[in-house]
Amino acid sequence: MSVALFNALLELGDDHLILGHRVSEWCGHAPLLEEDLAMPNMALDNIGASRNIYTYAGEVEGKGRDEDQLAYLRLDREYKNCLLVERPNEDFAHTMLKQLYFSAFMEPYWQAALSSSDETIRGIAGKAVKEMAYHIRHAGEWVIRLGDGTEESAKRMKEAVEELTPYVEELFVMSADAQECADDGILPDREALRAQWNQTVANIFDQALLELPEVKYPQLGGRTGHHGEEMGFLLAELQYVQRAYPGMSW
Amino acid sequence: MYSQGLIGADGTTEETEEFLAAFQARIDREEKIEPNDPMPEGYRKTLIRQIGQHAHSEIVGMLPEGNWITRAPSLRRKAALLAKVQDEGGHGLYLYSAAETLGVSREQMTEELLSGKAKYSSIFNYPTPTWADMGTIGWLVDGAAIMNQIPLCRCSYGPYARAMIRVCKEESFHQRQGYELLISLCNGTKEQKDMAQDSINRWWWPSLMMFGPHDADSSHSEQSMKWKIKRFSNDELRQKFIDATVPQAEYLGLTVPDPDLKWNPEKNNGKGGYDHGEINWVEFWQVVKGHGQMNRDRIKARKKAWNDGEWVRDAALAHAEKRAARQTAQAAE
Repeated sequence: MSVALFNALLELGDDHLILGHRVSEWCGHAPLLEEDLAMPNMALDNIGASRNIYTYAGEVEGKGRDEDQLAYLRLDREYKNCLLVERPNEDFAHTMLKQLYFSAFMEPYWQAALSSSDETIRGIAGKAVKEMAYHIRHAGEWVIRLGDGTEESAKRMKEAVEELTPYVEELFVMSADAQECADDGILPDREALRAQWNQTVANIFDQALLELPEVKYPQLGGRTGHHGEEMGFLLAELQYVQRAYPGMSW
Repeated sequence: MYSQGLIGADGTTEETEEFLAAFQARIDREEKIEPNDPMPEGYRKTLIRQIGQHAHSEIVGMLPEGNWITRAPSLRRKAALLAKVQDEGGHGLYLYSAAETLGVSREQMTEELLSGKAKYSSIFNYPTPTWADMGTIGWLVDGAAIMNQIPLCRCSYGPYARAMIRVCKEESFHQRQGYELLISLCNGTKEQKDMAQDSINRWWWPSLMMFGPHDADSSHSEQSMKWKIKRFSNDELRQKFIDATVPQAEYLGLTVPDPDLKWNPEKNNGKGGYDHGEINWVEFWQVVKGHGQMNRDRIKARKKAWNDGEWVRDAALAHAEKRAARQTAQAAE
């Protein structure tokens, strides 16, 4: 088995699962009915991608762990998602910006992964790349509406930008495992996607009358399992049934 | 899903006898009534009330199941539940659109839901404390909804009837999905089976209440039947539901919590059916009148979503106006 690939897949799988979990928290509580349909859609895309990634990670590991064992039965320090995706929803502005930041990174990531040397990765990328393009469009349109909407929405959007931008850097960080996979041509080089991310976000921010702040002190730690305080509560909810009733099929 | 027990519909109408007779003749010929067709005011009001209640039920119905999305025990179940709750929202959207064809806006209907003026199905005022409830709601609650809704596919009002065709297909899928969830529990450990039994104990009677009061006590049924908005009586549908559902409970190895339930070969003109115990109508009216365990919480959650979302809706509108103004200005240059 490739330890590096297994770990790099967990980084990816956890990003998608945790972001999907966060956006799913909105279901039934959205600001308008259309978003009560759109946000579960984004959650389904994110969680669906995590299932494919975990299933493959389990195969790569070769210890018989399936998607659920990987998704539900690890300790908090073993989750490798970046801090951005675990940030609480706060309000609709934060949520849409988080979706935009993530999808603006993942769309070119999956695009690059379409030419991976690994067939399964190519397959996962083929589906995910279309979904991420849609997420950029949907979340991007909201960022524009809110940024160039009312005084209040512009204020909230600016606050979200201030608060979430320091978490973006971690998307580009190459762990030793991710680097090994990139060197082998299995997974894309995250650092190389910076220009595309900047371009996507700059284009949307331009229309949203927003400015991307310079980040002097990026927030890092998720990839090495150093999560924020909110992550424990998220995992407590996510894992509740599996922990309370261990070893059962559902 | 939706309860047939239409609450507080005012079917009164003031048109001439000649007009009413011509309208009734169209109904009797099984012609569909379309949005721009002349119709008695009572027919319009009844439909607005019924479709509105149905739409609200879908929207409020997202809450008890949404309660388990973040805690679903497997990723497969989580995805299925998300998709299901999303379907309910989608049903709400079609139904609000169908009601809008009768001259009422979605905003107006939403205000009526939040103020308590408009009702929604009482079943959603029961809590969902366990994971098994996700199966039971699919099986019993959506099952009861389908019994009510299949005849609505032939409702005399075209937009409602057509919306119901798609809704019924999805509900039928939800019902099978819920039942499949319970099969997993019933094939599992004792704790899982106990969880399923506890759930049916709590949901059985409220599901029977979804069909509304006994025919003798159902004040609005007669006119709705005449207008072919409704095709079967509350008690007929309830009986059909019980007869279809009891064998499904037996297959799961679960007990229906009704000591008076017994097979009666004479029933249904000799085809046989189940006799059942009396429904607790005190509880039914308590919940209908707003005093169920979750009534206040449900409305509070809907109000919170609506109020917290106001700035988002305002911003979307403001942005659309700015954009339109810019386009007009550009065109003028």
